[in-house]
Amino acid sequence: MLAMNFRGPFRVRADRDKPYPEIKHPDDAIIRVTRSCICGSDLHLYHGLVPDTRVGMTFGHEFTGIVEETGPGVQKLKVGDHVIVPFNIACGTCAFCNQQLYGNCHESNPSATAVGGIFGYSHTAGGYDGGQAEYVRVPYADVGPVVIPEGMDLDDAVLLTDVTPTGYQAAEMGGIQQGDTVVVFGAGPIGCMAAKCAWLFGAGRVIVIDHLEYRLEFVREYAQCEAYNFKSMDDPVVFLKKATDWLGADVCIDAVGCEAEGSKLQTLVGRKLPLTGGSATALHWAINSVKKGGIVSIVGVYGPLDSLVPIGNVVNKGLTIRANQASVKRLLPKLIDHVMAGRLNPKGLVTHRIPLEEVSDAYHIFSKKLDGCIKPILIPPAARA
Amino acid sequence: MKTSPEKYTHIKGWGIDADPENDPTYPIKKRTDEEQAGYSWERPAQQPIDIEVLHSNERPNVSATFGTSTPPAGLSGAIRRFAFKYSESSYGHWVPLVLADRIDVVQGIMADLLKGTVPNIFAEMGWKADLKHNKKGLITKVIVTAVVTTAVIAWLSRKNEPKKSLLRG
Repeated sequence: MLAMNFRGPFRVRADRDKPYPEIKHPDDAIIRVTRSCICGSDLHLYHGLVPDTRVGMTFGHEFTGIVEETGPGVQKLKVGDHVIVPFNIACGTCAFCNQQLYGNCHESNPSATAVGGIFGYSHTAGGYDGGQAEYVRVPYADVGPVVIPEGMDLDDAVLLTDVTPTGYQAAEMGGIQQGDTVVVFGAGPIGCMAAKCAWLFGAGRVIVIDHLEYRLEFVREYAQCEAYNFKSMDDPVVFLKKATDWLGADVCIDAVGCEAEGSKLQTLVGRKLPLTGGSATALHWAINSVKKGGIVSIVGVYGPLDSLVPIGNVVNKGLTIRANQASVKRLLPKLIDHVMAGRLNPKGLVTHRIPLEEVSDAYHIFSKKLDGCIKPILIPPAARA
Repeated sequence: MKTSPEKYTHIKGWGIDADPENDPTYPIKKRTDEEQAGYSWERPAQQPIDIEVLHSNERPNVSATFGTSTPPAGLSGAIRRFAFKYSESSYGHWVPLVLADRIDVVQGIMADLLKGTVPNIFAEMGWKADLKHNKKGLITKVIVTAVVTTAVIAWLSRKNEPKKSLLRG
């Protein structure tokens, strides 16, 4: 079958000789992919920043598809169902799934205890092939996948697998109270969605910080918020203090993660060498820009090694830090309702629809931020017919 | 985890200010009233372990399901096996894995060549997209590549010259 094939940092291609996936467990399903996104966090794999990313793997943790085959243990899902597949693989029965921590399942990833299984996200996240392919194996098929509601646009559906729940949970973890000032670092798809969702929790003011003008323009319109370019500031922390009556924001959200720009030192040790878990510039700014007693919410992805953050300021300012992979299954019912009611418009983030065969170009366009790219979707041949 | 107050009668004031509403872990750790005493849940059926699975030493077993993409192989596989002797908390785990990833790239090129495929590295890097959306960047890349290649060739040739003259002498 046709599938994306990772060949090394900055090198991917679409190959036609990947074997079809097989049922490996009674609760598995095989899904024929109809839409698959490239996520900003796929770029961390693409750039070689995630340990144990093996050559030959297929990436892709944001996908929708039609059920082709089910294992003998699958009761709810039927062949022919068109489903949203959450990016995290969850068993539904372990202690963490029982707390609705579906992003922290203990029965889906043998390789690391710190992270649950994620489709197409290195062996550090379980070694599963992902959905940037014609077909994909989906474990625990009765737990995660949800049938796409009638009338829902397929582009909205595929963005409910990660971007929408991650952006929403970023705002939710911020504990936003009515009238709060919320600062979101990063105007990528997750940052745009987090800014949009902050209003749903009653934020009084939403500010987005990035360095790409086209993304700042985009988010101003998409999330009806203020947006500023940190490259035009002497110091973004001072700028934000001034903008918030010199006290700082109530809530800061890190929607950037390990490839943040803005600090030569962080870039050197976190991205170029890399000796740390990534460039933690956005998190550094978030900690220093938030009000004393405030909350920092982290959804940006970092590597497993230590990162350079001003932990002393966390103590001295009495901050609460909340962070996690989104619990997609928990949030889906609410978010489907928001999308169907028009309160959220995930498909508005999509700027590029690219054939799966052109996956090399798609990664390059997204990685280099060419052609005004915000969110690219890959479409397999059968879904284009 | 629930506990019995009788166990703590010897501690004056034990639990007197406990406030279940003061739970800063919501919505992270505690969302439901489910209680779980350790690793005691009814595990899902075990996926047959018919390939080599490297599992973290911070867990006693292989998770009930796992991915079957790209099992460890060759020199990179040997390094990965070594890495998994160390915990996720150790540099001894992650640094060898990064090294293994880089070696895997060379193994990947060799595997392509053995299959009779010469990898088109420029196409894999998406340079075609540059032609459409980033001509200036592409021209810069081509010039830099040409200059670096020329410089390397020139440097290597210069290094060889004295050896030749030495031989002649």
